[in-house]
Amino acid sequence: MTAEQKIIDAKEFIRRIPHARALNLSMEEIDNGTVVMCMPYDTQLIGDPETGVLHGGAVSTLIDTCCGAAVMSHPETPATTATLDLRIAYMRGAKPGQTITARATCYHVTRTIAFVRATADDGTSDGPVATASGTFTVGA
Amino acid sequence: MVKRSPEPVQVVKKRRDAALTALASGVPYIQFLGISFDRRGDELTGILSYDEKLIGNPHLPALHGGVTAAFLEVTAIMTLSWSRLWGSMESGALDVASLEAGNLPRMPKTIDFSVDYLRSGLPRDAYARATITRMGRRYASLRAEAWQDNRARPFAEATAHFLVPLDQ
Repeated sequence: MTAEQKIIDAKEFIRRIPHARALNLSMEEIDNGTVVMCMPYDTQLIGDPETGVLHGGAVSTLIDTCCGAAVMSHPETPATTATLDLRIAYMRGAKPGQTITARATCYHVTRTIAFVRATADDGTSDGPVATASGTFTVGA
Repeated sequence: MVKRSPEPVQVVKKRRDAALTALASGVPYIQFLGISFDRRGDELTGILSYDEKLIGNPHLPALHGGVTAAFLEVTAIMTLSWSRLWGSMESGALDVASLEAGNLPRMPKTIDFSVDYLRSGLPRDAYARATITRMGRRYASLRAEAWQDNRARPFAEATAHFLVPLDQ
């Protein structure tokens, strides 16, 4: 499979994920192990009604999807993967109304495991809202 | 010293259930995922009702890993908030009507969250419970576990740290 075809497949796979559609996730960039994905602000995803801040779970889902796509887009992996573990640290609440952008990099691959790290920001200049690191299976 | 006779069981149950419902229904994201809570005394069990929109891998099919993480996080936050509310609720100091009107207590903030995926989440209902392993003045540590058909075979587990609001 060519690198171009793999990227097309990865994009198509993400587009077909029912929960990615429910969150309106969009893929902005995909290139050999690095993926950028966005999640628009949605009042349905609010975790703290007093402040309007999105629930951490929605941010986790964006990051998990972005990390999975990064693994699939890596030249040394087949186009399937599953999360083994994922650790997310939250720096601060995302500013209400802002689109969240996640950037994931698959920085190392063995025959069985892919290692990924990611950051998410809300488009403000206040630094990341969350950082993450995880391991994924190579193949299903 | 006058010994107060215990409240009738219906009164106690009604207050607890009203407080729990207010706490869960006030958060849009909990409704979005379709999570509800079952209560036995002070123990909560989160229930994630299956819906096609929760799928992350349509080929298997399997629940989205992010949904699983979110379900564990929601259950942990709810367990923590519930335990912080318990004292004032049992003493009767808690204003349940105000809670029902949407005046929720301040939420704990997630500091970090770590999930282990043990097996894939099947396309059916899932359950989760969280336990507080340490409750401090500023920080709380929790563990959470989710399962489906078989309680002894969890499909995911998590550990998390939360910043506890100071105003209670």
